Amino acid sequence: MSKDLVIKDLHISVQGEPIIKGLNLSVKQGEIHALMGPNGSGKSTLANSLMGHPLYEIDSGEVIFDGADVLDLEPNERAKLGLFLAFQYPTTIPGVSLANFLRLAVSAVRGKSENGSGNDGLIPMREFRRELRDKMKQLGVDDSFARRYLNDGFSGGEKKRAEILQLAMLEPKIAILDETDSGLDIDAVRIVGESVSSLIGPDLGVLIITHYPRLLDYIRPEFVHILLDGRIVESGGWELTQMLETEGYEPIREKHGITDKEE
Amino acid sequence: MATSEKNTIEELDISKEYQYGFHDDITPKFKSRKGLDESVINEMCDIKGEPDWMREYRLNAYQIFKQKPMTKWGGDLTQLDFDDIYYYVKASDRSERSWDDVPDDIKKTFDRLGIPEAERKFLAGVGAQYDSEVVYHNIVEELDKIGVVFLDTDTAIKEYPDLVKKYFGTIIPSADNQFAALNSAAWSGGSFVYVPPGVKVEYPLQAYFRINSENMGQFERTLIIADEGSQVHYVEGCTAPTYSSESLHSAVVEIVCMKGSRVRYTTIQNWANNVYNLVTKRAFAYEDAQMEWVDGNLGSKLTMKYPSVYMMEPGARGDILSIAFASKGQHQDAGAKVYHCAPHTTSQITSKSISKDGGRSSYRGWVDVAKGAKGCKSHVVCDALILDKDSRSDTYPVIEIGESDTNIEHEARVSKIGEEQLFYLMSRGLSEEEASTMIVNGFIEPLVKELPMEYAVEMNRLIQLQMEGSVG
Repeated sequence: MSKDLVIKDLHISVQGEPIIKGLNLSVKQGEIHALMGPNGSGKSTLANSLMGHPLYEIDSGEVIFDGADVLDLEPNERAKLGLFLAFQYPTTIPGVSLANFLRLAVSAVRGKSENGSGNDGLIPMREFRRELRDKMKQLGVDDSFARRYLNDGFSGGEKKRAEILQLAMLEPKIAILDETDSGLDIDAVRIVGESVSSLIGPDLGVLIITHYPRLLDYIRPEFVHILLDGRIVESGGWELTQMLETEGYEPIREKHGITDKEE
Repeated sequence: MATSEKNTIEELDISKEYQYGFHDDITPKFKSRKGLDESVINEMCDIKGEPDWMREYRLNAYQIFKQKPMTKWGGDLTQLDFDDIYYYVKASDRSERSWDDVPDDIKKTFDRLGIPEAERKFLAGVGAQYDSEVVYHNIVEELDKIGVVFLDTDTAIKEYPDLVKKYFGTIIPSADNQFAALNSAAWSGGSFVYVPPGVKVEYPLQAYFRINSENMGQFERTLIIADEGSQVHYVEGCTAPTYSSESLHSAVVEIVCMKGSRVRYTTIQNWANNVYNLVTKRAFAYEDAQMEWVDGNLGSKLTMKYPSVYMMEPGARGDILSIAFASKGQHQDAGAKVYHCAPHTTSQITSKSISKDGGRSSYRGWVDVAKGAKGCKSHVVCDALILDKDSRSDTYPVIEIGESDTNIEHEARVSKIGEEQLFYLMSRGLSEEEASTMIVNGFIEPLVKELPMEYAVEMNRLIQLQMEGSVG
């Protein structure tokens, strides 16, 4: 059965200030959505809140995933249900190798009952190594990644590729990509875009959050939404990205009577 | 034995309940009465059959100890009562306990640490006959072929009296500090290692193999002599909790690194929470010699330990890696001292501490560069990780530079487990406890990767145990 992410009339604030003001969105497994908006429109607030970041206060609304309200769940419980967030700014964890971290994460997400895991509750080392090697090969990630400390000393592009590798290993039902293209040069965007693209299939729903359409050249969304001032003001198809590319956000702002907070 | 009877020997009070509920089923033959004085020392010397020079050495040290005022710096020692401590229990007369008497939580700890069955029994104080005796015997035979001496210090005094006498107390004199004086008066056990010129010992010498000897005493005395161009790695302690019925552990470790030699001394200790762990460790490194201390401290009520390296001749190098984990009711006052006594000497101090559940960790460091010791380099890095708001971390660095042509760097960082780090790891399916544990394990990785494999594995499991239930 398809696992859908359904967001209903969601209101979120940060330190008392409303950021998301009644947002509705539905992403099905196998669908690709793009949520586009300028800086300050609430994109990252939404992404982090969907994953359960403690900083954000959910004022009202529902987030239903696989038929259950996830708003009361811890981030790890959401991950176990099949939700994934590729971070805009992945944190550094010194001294923890990407491989060790991923083995624990994969074991946690898949649960102990499957995979004939050993006494320690972890996926068997050989099985894990084989899988990791295959996925790294598929994504064109260098072998040395596995031994390096998690995001420690990684370049911007390497961090994003490590995020996509984690996505590939954790095999979520719905993945949220928060500004995965930010801070990357053209080549890095292409590499990351192609990596994500290679993972797309009927079992993966993707919500790409971005303010800039270039990543979408590699992962073409079927659904495009425009986020302004905490609300989705337009939804449509590919043509919306084309319009943004040529005209920017200004005509949409005018149409909906929203002033640009950035200025 | 006859000599011992004329002195005051107290029958062990078998009704005494030791911490963790151990009790002795078999009464040891003797144990000195509580407290230390000349008669207790004389009695000890008689039982051990020690030469006169050692008896004089002890009695002299005892006079020094009596004159030393109580140590005021470091941690709180006001609760430490020197008169309420047994200073000598003959190891072979130590009690036999039944495995059935070992509390379940301790059995569980051994289980979780993956300690082999035979070792568990020893660690829990069950059974004096430990299989490793055979292992030790084989190792000693191997070492003998290449001229390496690896004995407990009591035996070494009898078998290598000249060698021991030549170096004993030369690195750490009795008068060095209050606890060195106490150890010099009351020491028992510890290891004696001599590595002949040019010999490289391929595998770590583990005190662990001879835990059946008097090694795990309260006042052990270790002396390691690495002759010219030799190489040795010595490992002491283990990650399993060390249960002691006595509340004071005060060891002295002296190391001589002769020209071009290389010595690494690794300690992992996890004392019971009632123990004052007050240890003096010092090495002299001569021309082009390299001394490395790897020192991991867990448990205890108060640990005061600052391994030091005196770089005596040009080209000498001292590296000290220290890790302390202070949990509830614990104070880890740990650090390092380096003395650049000669030109072109190099030192590196890396200190990492973790404070949790109201625990307190302090870094106390000393970097000294003598006048005229040109071209010295010293690099100090102090990292503290504080896990909650009740816990505390301090640093007390002292840098004394008598020479302007010197390169000293000191970095200190205090960090907390960040909300962002936790969120990141939790978003990948890890529970808050798993995430915190992973961050702590990553933090101590620089130490763990320096440990022999089996210690590294145990160390990680131990951190996991320490972190259990730490997240509300």
